[in-house]
Amino acid sequence: MNSSPLKTISFQLNGKTIQEEVQSRLNLADFLRQQCHLTGTHVGCEHGVCGACTVMVEGRAVRSCLMLAVQVDQKAVVTVEGISPASGLSVLQESFWAEHGLQCGFCTPGVLISLTQLLIDNSSPSPEEIRDVLSGHLCRCTGYQNIVKACMLAAKRLRETPDLAQSILIPQGHKLTVIEGHHDH
Amino acid sequence: MKSAAFTHHSPQTLQEALVLLGQCQNAKVLAGGQSLMPMMNYRLVGIDHLIDINSLVELDFIKDEKSFIEFGSMVRQYSIAKSDLVSKRLPLMSEAIQYVGHMQTRNRGTLGGSLSHFDPSAEMPLVAYSYDAQLVVLNVRGSRVLSMAEFGQDFMTTALEGDELLVAIRMSPWPEGHGYSFVEFARRHGDFAIVSVATLMTLDANGFIDRVSIHLGGVAATPLRLTEVEAELLGQQPSEALFVKVSQPLSKLDALSDKLYPSWYRARLAQSLVVRSLTAAQARCLNIESVESHS
Repeated sequence: MNSSPLKTISFQLNGKTIQEEVQSRLNLADFLRQQCHLTGTHVGCEHGVCGACTVMVEGRAVRSCLMLAVQVDQKAVVTVEGISPASGLSVLQESFWAEHGLQCGFCTPGVLISLTQLLIDNSSPSPEEIRDVLSGHLCRCTGYQNIVKACMLAAKRLRETPDLAQSILIPQGHKLTVIEGHHDH
Repeated sequence: MKSAAFTHHSPQTLQEALVLLGQCQNAKVLAGGQSLMPMMNYRLVGIDHLIDINSLVELDFIKDEKSFIEFGSMVRQYSIAKSDLVSKRLPLMSEAIQYVGHMQTRNRGTLGGSLSHFDPSAEMPLVAYSYDAQLVVLNVRGSRVLSMAEFGQDFMTTALEGDELLVAIRMSPWPEGHGYSFVEFARRHGDFAIVSVATLMTLDANGFIDRVSIHLGGVAATPLRLTEVEAELLGQQPSEALFVKVSQPLSKLDALSDKLYPSWYRARLAQSLVVRSLTAAQARCLNIESVESHS
C-alpha cells in the first residue's frame, strides 16, 4: 500500500462520505476542485500565503494547498459549499452581503471559512481578534474594513439566537469533528 | 507550483516511522507541512519518499514534568497558544507563539517541525534556546538527547541524521515571577521576523538583576545569545539608561545581509529591539517578596 503512487481515501466532504483514488502528490485544493468538482475553494498562491484555499479539516481552518489529498483520509472536510443552507445564505454570508464585505469575491470563500471557525470558537470577537484572523488572508479589493464589519454583524446576529449558532454557521448539520488536539496532562 | 511525484508513507506507529526513516533514501519527514509543503510546491525540495507522521498522535502532548515541561514534537502551534500550562510556566513561549504565522497555519504547524526546519528568523528556535531546551531524538538503534547548541548547526541545518526523528522537546521554566519579553519587527504581522529578541530576567531581593538571558533571531545563521550584554547587566540596578548603554555595541553587530535588509539595518534594529525587550521584561519581573507572599 505504502509504496503505491495511487491511494484510495475515504473521508467526509461537507457531510457526505466520499471515496476516491488519489495521487500522493496531489494537494487538497486541487483535489477538491478537479476531482470532487467543488470549485468554491480558490487557489491563489499555492504556497500558503494568500489564504484563498482555506478549508476546514476536523473543524480547524487550514491552507488546503499545504495539505495533501491523502492526508484527509478518515477526516472531516468542510468547504465553502458546506457552510450555506440548502437554499439561501448562512448568517455570515448574509452579513457579507449586507455590509458589502466582498467585491471580486476571489478571497471570500477562504475568509468565510476562517471567520466561521472564529465564530464557533468565540461568539463575541473584537475587531482586533477579527483582524488577527484576517491577517491570514489577502484581499486586494475591499481593504478589509467591510469584512470586519460583516463579521461583527454576524456575531451580533448569532448572539441573538445562541441555540442556533452552531447550526447557522454550519447549516447542513455536517459532521464537524472538532479534535481538541491534546489536553494539558 | 505543484510538487513533483514522491511516495507517501503514513506510518501508524513510531517504530514503523523509524524503520522507514532507516530504509528510505532521499526522504523527508512531513510534520505540519507549513514550511516543507511550500518548498515542495516550489520544487525547492525534491524527494523520493515523504514520511508523514501526522498519524502519530502519541507525539502530540504537553506534559508537566515539574522541573521541565515536555512537548511531543507533533504538538500543534495552536495547542501551545491555548495551553494554560505554557502561559503559566513558559510565558515567553505564549508570547512568541502569537507571532508564528497565522491562525490558519498554527492549526497545522508543529513545534517539532519548526525546530527541525530551523529557519534563522523563526520564533520557536529562539524560545527553545531561551528555555535551555533538551531535544529527544530517536532512530531504530536508540535515542540521544541534544541541547539546542548541539542541535542547531547552521543556516536551516540541524544535527538530525537522515534516519533520526525529533520526538520530544523539554523546556526548563524559570522561577515564578520572572520577567520575560518577546519582541520582533516584521513587515507584516505573521511574516518571518527581520529581527526578533527573546529575553528572560529575574531580580534579587534588592531589585538587582541576578539572572538574564537574551537571544537574537534573524541576525545570524542560528539564534545568537548576547552573553557579553548579559554579563554587563548582572548585578546591576535595571534602568532604561543601563539598557541603552549595554545595547550600544549591537549597532556594530556583523548581522546577516540581503537585498532588502542590509547588515547595518539589522544591527540598528537589534539595538533598538533589545532595549525594548529588556524594558518589557523588567516591567514584568515581580520582586522576590511579592512572589513569596503569594505562595
